[in-house]
Amino acid sequence: MQHKKKGVGKTSRRGFLGRVLTATGTAIAAPSLLNQAAIAAKDTSQSNLGEIKMKLTVNGEQQTLDLEPRVTLLDALRDRLGLVGSKKGCDHGQCGACTVLIDGQRVYSCLTLAVMQEDKAIVTIEGLAKGDTLHPMQAAFIDNDGFQCGYCTPGQICASVALLDEVKRGCASVVTPDLTRPPQLAELSEAEIKERLSGNLCRCSAYNGIVAAVQQVMGQKPPSPAATVMVKEPQEMLT
Amino acid sequence: MKNFTYIRANSVKDAVQRATNDQNAMLIAGGTNLVDRLKVFLDEPSQLIDISRLDMKRIERTSAGGLSIGALVSNTAVADHEDVRRDYPILSRAILAGASVQIRNMATVGGNLLQRTRCPYYYDTAFACNKRQPGSGCPAATGINRMHAILGASDQCVAVQPSDMCVPLAALDAVVVVEGPKGKRQIPFTDFHRLPGNTPQRDTNLEPGELITSVIVPPVPFAKSGVYLKLRDRTSYAFALVSVAAALDLEGDRIQDVRLALGGVAHKPWRPTEAEKFLIGKTANAATFQQAAEIALQGAKPLIHNSFKVDLAKRAIRRALTVSAKGGGVA
Repeated sequence: MQHKKKGVGKTSRRGFLGRVLTATGTAIAAPSLLNQAAIAAKDTSQSNLGEIKMKLTVNGEQQTLDLEPRVTLLDALRDRLGLVGSKKGCDHGQCGACTVLIDGQRVYSCLTLAVMQEDKAIVTIEGLAKGDTLHPMQAAFIDNDGFQCGYCTPGQICASVALLDEVKRGCASVVTPDLTRPPQLAELSEAEIKERLSGNLCRCSAYNGIVAAVQQVMGQKPPSPAATVMVKEPQEMLT
Repeated sequence: MKNFTYIRANSVKDAVQRATNDQNAMLIAGGTNLVDRLKVFLDEPSQLIDISRLDMKRIERTSAGGLSIGALVSNTAVADHEDVRRDYPILSRAILAGASVQIRNMATVGGNLLQRTRCPYYYDTAFACNKRQPGSGCPAATGINRMHAILGASDQCVAVQPSDMCVPLAALDAVVVVEGPKGKRQIPFTDFHRLPGNTPQRDTNLEPGELITSVIVPPVPFAKSGVYLKLRDRTSYAFALVSVAAALDLEGDRIQDVRLALGGVAHKPWRPTEAEKFLIGKTANAATFQQAAEIALQGAKPLIHNSFKVDLAKRAIRRALTVSAKGGGVA
């Protein structure tokens, strides 16, 4: 496992897990995180087995990798570049947890081959913050409880960042009443937000918080009544 | 996924030549369906020929006043194109009803036409499937088949073509332009996809080595009032149980011309031509639309779990025609 740039001298969650599990000497039944790390290490030690050299530009940095052409962009990001923010949920383009931005457009990184993305600008969740300053969408997800377990969150945030840009560019959706007059940010309805984020599933069902986060970044205040009730006043609902 | 060699084609001719020389090679562009199929060993190409960087990414007006859409234009770019939104909202809406933004950003027009069925028995290599392995059997015919075909199926295959984009393209009499080892040719959209018959392994009439270079949409002025109605198990990001593309050309309340196509019901976008013929010259009202719907579904042969699709399709046709008669918009 290579943690390039990141994690040097720091304790990463994965590195910590690995050390703890090794130290305890426990034979873990299905330590998938460890397995993935081990496989990645094995692959890099066996060179020239149909591997090709490729240059990927990720979060503004150029990376040179030797990869088999069958390696998906998601696997390259996670297992070779240590960028484990993008998540592998279904690995079949059905859940959205692997969403990244390529040349500004959101895509599923599990459904594209790394080698096909040479010379493109790839941005992952790790590339959104500026130093310690969160991207406004990241901050809004925290402000509005736009997650519970957090597994789908990197994909949800990347999708939401792209959504804003799409609205600014005048993109329509299937629920847009008049295709020749797509909605502006200030007037984007809750139905529009939900439709435009339908490619990202959240099994904790934090959807109300996610919608509220997007509304906050769009400058719509206050968030929708449903989101307000769910996020801010749970007691009221129970009584 | 089985490994393969990877090559970037530098021209359409180069891609055709490579695909012709290596019958085990496959073309890749958007990859949204193919990469998924590679992962479950449905396809095991020896070579992937990447055509995604070729110059087939333009949408242009034709001299006839229609549109020529390059095979590599993304689904998103078609749906968002100013001319498509204005002149063919029926096409924009169908695309926007399909998949998710992420998929539509990646997927190309050519790839949309060539995507394969999502029949779960086809996708699961533990099952027999005549489409995957001719002669092995069709467990869907007697299995769980609520998503499957009610029209044009055979005892060999009951799968449906899953595209939304293809439904209005069939209704609009689009033309598929292809290039292969024997040169270029044009295929009428309704002849592009095949019914399963005894050769369910063949989805389309593309010949070996041929690739799609563009899709031509002819001018259809009344497509502006066209609607796309899609009915599915959840509100968004799901394949159609039944979908309808409908456009009416009215003079007063008299039907001058009509286009009608159904998705989610057959192995190809289904064009109920008898129903279209019936509608021409009639008065646009609920009774007329009901009769047209009955005619459209006359030959329906539902399976064990999908008889609901027959009534659903009739109601969808009625609704789509009613909304189109009012000028179109969200169905």
